[in-house]
Amino acid sequence: MNCIIIDDEATARAIISQLCSNVPSLNVLEEFPNAIQAIKYLNQNEVDLIFLDIHMPDFTGFDFIETLKNPPKIILTTSDSNFAIQAFEYDCIVDYLVKPITLERFQKAIQKAESMPNKGNSNSITSAEKVETTSGNDLYVNIDRRLIKIDIPSIYLVEAKGDYIHVKTEDKNYTVHSTLKKIEEKLPDSLFLKVHRSFIINIDKIIDIEDNSVLIKKDVIPVSRSNRPELMKRLNLL
Amino acid sequence: MEKPNLSYIESMSGGDKAFEQKLIDIIQKEFPEEKQIYFDNISAENYKEAAENVHKLKHKISILGLVKSYELAATYENNLIDMNLKGKEDFESTLQLMTIFLKTL
Repeated sequence: MNCIIIDDEATARAIISQLCSNVPSLNVLEEFPNAIQAIKYLNQNEVDLIFLDIHMPDFTGFDFIETLKNPPKIILTTSDSNFAIQAFEYDCIVDYLVKPITLERFQKAIQKAESMPNKGNSNSITSAEKVETTSGNDLYVNIDRRLIKIDIPSIYLVEAKGDYIHVKTEDKNYTVHSTLKKIEEKLPDSLFLKVHRSFIINIDKIIDIEDNSVLIKKDVIPVSRSNRPELMKRLNLL
Repeated sequence: MEKPNLSYIESMSGGDKAFEQKLIDIIQKEFPEEKQIYFDNISAENYKEAAENVHKLKHKISILGLVKSYELAATYENNLIDMNLKGKEDFESTLQLMTIFLKTL
């Protein structure tokens, strides 16, 4: 079986690769430190089996599976046994290995994979293609295990609310499990500015500014004292 | 108090000394980086990010055969998610123990 390994931890990749080397029927084609690189690879290549870490920053193992239209067999690898129930929701998941993985447990998982019929191939990626073809104007957000495309210039406000952010656009609002810091890194500096610890605004959408607040659409957004000079600098003042 | 050891790595290698050394090299490179990110997040009171760091470090704790410390780290990880620092001292003692052990290899 041709396989790939996806894990953000180099130590884990080395261990899984070593375990694979003990099984003649396994051929490790590539190793990836994140799911995005793997998606790009799977757009061009077919594999029979994926060793997939669940707990990765930004894009979890489950997020990754959701991008595959016809996923190959997948063996989940994790340091956390709490995801086992969620794993049973996916037909493609052959087994669930808790780190540190032992040779005996690994071999058992491979036997299960070998006895499981092939269901599809990984070349048939739908959402993944969208991820790869993302242009500078699009942002994909993960909502209920779907990657939803948002046109960046249409965003006029992002508000932090606990563990979530509200992304408001011309047409629709989205609630995403993420942080203001993460989305700030994805938005172009030329268009967006953090005006308060809980708000990022699209400068082009400002209607007016009064003292320490800005009006955007119907939302009045506070501007913190420390961010006000940068905001004023960015305006085309007469 | 339990001590770090190479039992797991040796059980994985099947006597392949080159693999054992390769894995030790990777851990020696990766561990200080992950440890530093953890301390940075604790200092900045980014407890959820620190929990992610503990999660990753947990694997290395188990690789070095620290069974009890692994359990304590798992509890500490959950505490951090709840913005609770209970278990911090024990976890950081484990990191120190691992740091010293990795320098001897």
